Amino acid sequence: MPPPMPLPPPCTFDITRPPGRRARRRLMPLAAALAALMSLAALPTAAEPFKPQDDAQVLLRLPAPAADAGSRALAALRRQRDQAPGQPGPAAALAWGHIQRLLAEGDPRDAGYAQAALAPWWTQAAPPAEVRVARAVLRQFRHDFDGALADLQPVVQQDPDDERAWAWIVAIHMVQAHYEQAREACEQGLGDGPDLLAQGCLAQVEAATGQAAPALARLDTALAADRDATPAQRLWALTRLAETHERLGQAAAAERAYRAALALDLEDGYLLAAYADFLLDQRRPAEVLVLLKDRERNDLHLLRLALAAKASKHPRLAAWQGMLAARFDAARQRGDTAHQKEEARFLLELQGDAERALPLAVANYRVQREAADARVLLQAALAARRKAAAAPVLDWLRESRFQSLVLAGLAAQVQALP
Amino acid sequence: MRRRRGRPAAGRMVLPALLAWLALLAVLMAPGGAAAHKPSDSYLGLDWHGQRLQGRWDIALRDLDADIGLDADGDGQVTWGELKARHADIAAHALAHLQVLADGQPCRATAGEQLVDEHTDGAYTVLPFTLDCPTSPRTLELRYGLFAAVDPSHRGLLRLTDASGTRTAVLDPNGPPQRFQRAGGDGTAGTLATLWQFLREGVWHIWIGFDHILFLLSLLLPAVLVWVPPRWQPVPRLRDAVIDVAKIVTAFTLAHSITLSLATLGVVALPSALVESAIAASVLLAALNNVFPLFQGRRWLVAFGFGLIHGFGFATVLAELQLPQGALLLALLAFNGGVELGQLAIVAVFLPLAFALRGTAFYRRAVLQGGSWLIAALAAVWFVERAFGLQILRLP
Repeated sequence: MPPPMPLPPPCTFDITRPPGRRARRRLMPLAAALAALMSLAALPTAAEPFKPQDDAQVLLRLPAPAADAGSRALAALRRQRDQAPGQPGPAAALAWGHIQRLLAEGDPRDAGYAQAALAPWWTQAAPPAEVRVARAVLRQFRHDFDGALADLQPVVQQDPDDERAWAWIVAIHMVQAHYEQAREACEQGLGDGPDLLAQGCLAQVEAATGQAAPALARLDTALAADRDATPAQRLWALTRLAETHERLGQAAAAERAYRAALALDLEDGYLLAAYADFLLDQRRPAEVLVLLKDRERNDLHLLRLALAAKASKHPRLAAWQGMLAARFDAARQRGDTAHQKEEARFLLELQGDAERALPLAVANYRVQREAADARVLLQAALAARRKAAAAPVLDWLRESRFQSLVLAGLAAQVQALP
Repeated sequence: MRRRRGRPAAGRMVLPALLAWLALLAVLMAPGGAAAHKPSDSYLGLDWHGQRLQGRWDIALRDLDADIGLDADGDGQVTWGELKARHADIAAHALAHLQVLADGQPCRATAGEQLVDEHTDGAYTVLPFTLDCPTSPRTLELRYGLFAAVDPSHRGLLRLTDASGTRTAVLDPNGPPQRFQRAGGDGTAGTLATLWQFLREGVWHIWIGFDHILFLLSLLLPAVLVWVPPRWQPVPRLRDAVIDVAKIVTAFTLAHSITLSLATLGVVALPSALVESAIAASVLLAALNNVFPLFQGRRWLVAFGFGLIHGFGFATVLAELQLPQGALLLALLAFNGGVELGQLAIVAVFLPLAFALRGTAFYRRAVLQGGSWLIAALAAVWFVERAFGLQILRLP
């Protein structure tokens, strides 16, 4: 699988939507004003504190330990950690348990819990390797990619067999568009064997560097050949396959790969977001509403729900927009910047506010340089009619020879700007 | 080529190795990583006026559950009953992790009755509290440590309000203490800030207070005309119009200043339903007076009489603004000054226009007659709504 390590940075997915239609832009200011009003009305801040009348009223639902295997596993890990205080192994295992749930469900509180598990070592310069890799993952989650690599590189120098550390190194290079380094890390860390892990790693780099067709062939072959691959690995490889088909405009093949990945029935927030984007591009918003039903908790999903609601004139649009606005607002109050890509998309596609979207898209692209990051910057530059802002993406497309019909179309439009 | 899938990681204990491997798989598979961007935050509001500070602290039930456990029966649901049973523990736990020092001396926290509120990521307990400080602090030091051990990425989002306005800050449970200087109360900077804040509020409230504007306009519309029965004639000189306007505006100002002050200082209180209905009635009468002239030439008296009522209306607005106790008089003067400035701005736009148009039939028919009828109709609706508690129009 291509990037054996899917970066779990909050925001690594590929969006591939066709450029917005010009005619709609004329109504944008009006629509934006209305949307702003509606989102104001929907802001939950208007709510007043209340005193529930009924003792039985449920205020919070948690995964019940009895019914939820994930919670039970975490509870067991916590017990083991508590029985061996000061031991890095059990502490790191607990941290990994939270990281795992973070990746599946996207709840950033798990990043905090994982950090808490690593607290005794958190500020050490060179903690034990298992702590260090977990710390790197949490650092990259907050977009501290340099800090993450500074933790991972010594780990693989000491133990060149640490695949997990290699996988994260590849993922971080990919998100920063350092494709040569990613390829080297694949070969050094995962080898070039026929297994899905090694093949997928290489395919992911190929797909980003003008060799999408060989990448697809590589993925297909490895998926068919590697009988030992776990469902999770297959899901990852199928997602890469789907995205690559999608970028080449092969919608039917992309759809098959997405559906095969979904059929594995693993909880994967990124996959759902990527498939939702695909459906939005295919102008099938109704399916997005079904796919992401009751998943408002995850911001990535909430954004797509709102986009689908807009495309289908769903009555919950205002409420979802209000929730998004409130969440971005809350993140801003904390000083978080890890959500810039989503917020730029929110401003651009839901609020029609290209002027505010563009600086966010520019700032995001300084940190993350994947297809999705490129797309939102091209779209924002196009809507704001500011060709210069998109220059880094145009350079990247030329140098990497990245293949994507949508990005190429957007880039051509941006280049045609005066 | 190397294949190492399934190999236990480096001969450590088998279970951690297995778990680590599972985690790796999860990582390998989750391509982009999902990220709900709602980490753990609490919302801490502090009202800083004098020796006693009022606080409100919204803390997520999820975070409390992760720290001290709320789900007593372990069924995965936290009910109001379960929460209530832990109120004392929650208050003690939270307030033990918030130290407030007034000029270096600790303030004593007392918790009030907790409520529930919904934020974007679910239900929060709302913990009201008071802080009794040994002095009326010039410097406030906050040592925030909530959830420091459970979730180091937790933050307390502080809104600190004093006479000069509201400040915000992000409190890191593992960070150093944060200090805040009092801006209001003493020092010219605080005074000026208060003055400016309430001046702006005053201007704003006359501009959005349609009933006050319409009342004033109803009285001003005929100021560029003179009633020579049976019809209106344009006044010959600008001076005549200016004098009439000045009399009306001065009378209105004087009257509402008196009642605004009395009500704000707590000398007189009227039920707000009565005040609001009377204001609507005043607009109705002032407008009808233009169609069926009764008090011509003595409109300043009308302005004074009903101005007394409007002052009570302004007082209601001012009371909602959370007056700084230390600078009540200043805020009152600034607010009143703002109302006058806002009023003058309206007059400055109205008078030249009206004077220029006064000789036209358009002004006499459409503006004076038509406008007054419209105002009267609107005021009548307001009156009915306010007097009988109905909602007919959706207007401010």
